[in-house]
Amino acid sequence: MSSDLTRLTAAELAEKIHAREITSVEVTQAHLGRIEQVDGTVHAFLHVDTDGALEAARRVDEALAAGEPPASPLAGVPLALKDVFTTSDMPTTCGSKMLAGWIPPYDATVTRRLREAGIVILGKTNMDEFAMGSSTENSAYGPTRNPWDLDRIPGGSGGGSSASLAAFEAPLAIGTDTGGSIRQPGAVTGTVGVKPTYGGVSRYGLVAFSSSLDQGGPCARTVLDAALLHEVIGGHDPLDSTSIDAPVPPVVAAAREGASGDLTGVRVGVVREFSGEGYQPGVLAAFQRAVEQLGRLGAEVVEVSCPHFDYALPAYYLIAPSECSSNLARFDGMRYGLRSRENGHSAEEVMSLTREAGFGPEVKRRIMLGTYALSAGYYDAYYGQAQKVRTLIVRDFEAAFDRVDVLVAPTTPTTAFRIGERVDDPMAMYLADLCTIPANLAGNAALSVPCGLSEDDGLPVGLQVMAPAMEDHRMYRVAAAYQAARDDAEGGPLIHRVPDLEVTAR
Amino acid sequence: MPNISRDEVAHLARLARLAVTEDELDVFAGQLDQILQAVAKVGEVAAEDIPPTSHAVPLTNVFRDDQVRPGLTRDQALAGAPAAEEGRFRVPRILGEEQ
Amino acid sequence: MTAVAELMDYAEVVERFDPVLGLEVHVELNTNTKMFCGCPTAFGAEPNTQVCPTCLGLPGSLPVVNRKAVESAIRIGLALNCEIAEWCRFARKNYFYPDMPKNFQTSQYDEPIAFNGHLDVVLDDGEVFRVGIERAHMEEDTGKSLHVGGSGGRIHGAEHSLLDYNRAGVPLIEIVTKPVEGAGERAPEVARAYVTALRDLLRALDVSDVRMDQGSLRCDANVSLKPKGTAEFGTRTETKNVNSLRSVERAVRYEMCRQAAVLTGGGSVVQETRHFDESTGSTAAGRRKETSEDYRYFPEPDLVPLAPSREWVKELSATLPELPWERRKRAQEEWGLSDAELRDLVNAGALELVAETVEAGASPDEARGWWVSYLAQQANARGVEIADLPITPKQVARVIALVAEGALTNKLARQVVDGVLAGEGEPDEVVAARGLRVVSDDSALLAAVDEALAAQPDVAEKIRGGKVQAAGAIVGAVMKATRGQADAKRVRELVIERCS
Ligand SMILES: [Mg+2]
Ligand SMILES: [Zn+2]
Repeated sequence: MSSDLTRLTAAELAEKIHAREITSVEVTQAHLGRIEQVDGTVHAFLHVDTDGALEAARRVDEALAAGEPPASPLAGVPLALKDVFTTSDMPTTCGSKMLAGWIPPYDATVTRRLREAGIVILGKTNMDEFAMGSSTENSAYGPTRNPWDLDRIPGGSGGGSSASLAAFEAPLAIGTDTGGSIRQPGAVTGTVGVKPTYGGVSRYGLVAFSSSLDQGGPCARTVLDAALLHEVIGGHDPLDSTSIDAPVPPVVAAAREGASGDLTGVRVGVVREFSGEGYQPGVLAAFQRAVEQLGRLGAEVVEVSCPHFDYALPAYYLIAPSECSSNLARFDGMRYGLRSRENGHSAEEVMSLTREAGFGPEVKRRIMLGTYALSAGYYDAYYGQAQKVRTLIVRDFEAAFDRVDVLVAPTTPTTAFRIGERVDDPMAMYLADLCTIPANLAGNAALSVPCGLSEDDGLPVGLQVMAPAMEDHRMYRVAAAYQAARDDAEGGPLIHRVPDLEVTAR
Repeated sequence: MPNISRDEVAHLARLARLAVTEDELDVFAGQLDQILQAVAKVGEVAAEDIPPTSHAVPLTNVFRDDQVRPGLTRDQALAGAPAAEEGRFRVPRILGEEQ
Repeated sequence: MTAVAELMDYAEVVERFDPVLGLEVHVELNTNTKMFCGCPTAFGAEPNTQVCPTCLGLPGSLPVVNRKAVESAIRIGLALNCEIAEWCRFARKNYFYPDMPKNFQTSQYDEPIAFNGHLDVVLDDGEVFRVGIERAHMEEDTGKSLHVGGSGGRIHGAEHSLLDYNRAGVPLIEIVTKPVEGAGERAPEVARAYVTALRDLLRALDVSDVRMDQGSLRCDANVSLKPKGTAEFGTRTETKNVNSLRSVERAVRYEMCRQAAVLTGGGSVVQETRHFDESTGSTAAGRRKETSEDYRYFPEPDLVPLAPSREWVKELSATLPELPWERRKRAQEEWGLSDAELRDLVNAGALELVAETVEAGASPDEARGWWVSYLAQQANARGVEIADLPITPKQVARVIALVAEGALTNKLARQVVDGVLAGEGEPDEVVAARGLRVVSDDSALLAAVDEALAAQPDVAEKIRGGKVQAAGAIVGAVMKATRGQADAKRVRELVIERCS
């Protein structure tokens, strides 16, 4: 029974828990058991909160037994939380030595909303240090492995969250997406990852990498599950000045509508710039098949050009490091976290030694890059120019969305690459975010939904669907329709084709 | 365009308060140079008349009322501190003066 | 460490050089909560008890702007005759310092909320000097460090430091003047008068406690010299730690004398931060920075831009109270003061005190007389601000009323005031306790008059003979006998009555 529970979707689990066919404690135990069995291999989690999770599950069961309505449509369902959100009862490390063992004195708004919704937080998932990376290899606590092929990366920075879904350790997860860190891991693990409209999910308690780009969002194995989670964590938060004061877009309704399988009247634009050199043929082929599928569902497919998307990657690699150089300045060993041994050094020296010891090479590289880009004399040529490119990208999106309802592209140019393959070549690593970055720069909504396996290596490929700001429901409708049609045609969810993991003790 | 020197990397490291090693200076100099060559591409398109975008969503005037909200207790505030004394964060001697 | 800087004689300094000043004043606002979080701002709380994730800069925390602080900033800008930005942003000023939780200060850079204004400053002799205001912008305060070990809590030689972040995030307004030129020898006085005028203005706006001693008003003085007849500014120094109005004047004067000595000695002024020492009245160089400052300002991505609507600005403009110069003008008209009388009143810092005394029923002339002379002397003797004397305008008004009723003579009234200042209670209590009431019972006085006339028969004879001016000797004797409690005027009347 336990092993079955881990294969169900969040929506199915919730339904059974709320109907009191099964208990949340049983569901939670099943997932904790699965983590126990496979996480020694996958290493999706940095921290598992067995007691806290069971306690939260028990409270949900008690409330249901007392006849109370479920706190939310996902009450009682377990979830894996990316270790970049603060939790007052668990460490929050951001995958960095800098914050080893740090237990924040407060909950992030996302954390609080999850708890209030009765969602059971199993633990904290691995990530690239401070969310900088596309492979989770930059975690100070070791890499996470892709359940499709343990020698390969699960994407990044949210590789722990995506791997936990693909390994059936959790039916739901939370990620953050600054340049693709939810969508690209989703694509390479055959799971669904959503970056909501910037300002749609509160950033309060999300340890900042690049404030103007960071956005928390749902990760799941189905589009509907992601939508259900989106409605739990989304919505205005007065503690985040950039939070949008408007109702959450009707994403659940859109996912349900989409699942009926009709996209008649929906105009889909294929971004011309995202193909060609640097794209794995198997990825392009899978993407092409997905586009054809959308056409068969009734969508009107056209090609759209967004000429400035070619400049998104360089603009991103100026803006994100600039903001990160400032955001990460607070890690200085004075108030919390790591402090290098004092040995008679001054505060200034201890700061530098602490930062030298506490940050990994990618974080240092980006801090220095950002420090450079913001420096007097370079600001205009780098940071200033990047902000202008951002305007051009916003305009490209506006022009495109005048013609179409959603845009589609591959989520990432390749399937999961091998662990270690790109660690010494930052530029090669950065290419993984090529197709995801424009939506971060413009702030609009985007998601990745599995679109089959690449013919050349048998690994999952992601279809990216992008929608205008606060029109998140549009992409949910398209993605849900596509997922339903693909699963029908292929005889079941893609994720069920993930190879069995060898069961070992953690 | 960029040709970042070892000295420049050392200067950046000082600004960023990173006690980088000699080896790191060489590695970073090479990598930063490579990255800067690539990102310099932003200079090709961004014209004079294009306004910069600093925020993804165009909001203005987001305020809170001037009302006290509960914060942290002193114990909570100091719980994560590497060192504390007399209710304060204890830090090594400070050399520089306040700005 | 005994190197005393060579100073040039002040008269020579102003003969050879023109000083240029730049004054930066930081004002802590008196909002209930901090700039970007809901923590209280009260001064003097136990360390680290007014903190939250935001003002401690904890990972994940975010700022939200205090509306009241923005309103105060706009009101200050309006009162300083500034333009109010239609659109502006916060920016991050990046530098590392342990008292700064995020290692950047959320401030404003090239887009201040208020800019291009002026403040008219009245000097001691009544001359008005216009100081241009470059900008007034919003930012947050830092925490406070306590240096332990070494000598006397100083940073040098300390073994370690202890940090309290209660002050971190308290709203600050930084007000920066345009270069102040043309003040010549009066530059130090202009500096003091400017800070004084600014303090009075901020007090009238009720936006700050403006306590220099508690750091809610802090002034940094930039000083440079240019040789007479040249146009180019010299290298400036920035003197910090100037904790009183008098120190502002002394610090500017000292820097002028020091820089003049350096320049004429063939040296050059080093652009640096200097610290004012209250005890010696001198400035000393701060620690030289190894690397040049590069604050890497960029727009604060965690805060959205500010676009104060013109309606809002207009509304705030309507809330401006009567400003100090308007107040002065009104007082002069209402009380019929000459320019000199007004100047003395303002210089004594007693305008509001007089107004409140008048409010409590005293005549403007009487009220002004008390505050500008006797009470001003008392404040001076005690070395306190006149407003800090332990006597209220109401109490002064009561003393004045007692004199008007004839219950006190002016001399007795001063004794009553002394009693109030000594903490002996209300004026009436002092009168009772010290037995100071004027003896006005004619029968008691007549007995004393008769006694005095009998004791000096020759004088009595002269008066009876029509030499009225001789009555003074008898009045004096009566006053002596009644220990000054008699009304001398009445005594004189009785003496003449008795002798006619
Ligand atoms: Mg400032
Ligand atoms: Zn606070």
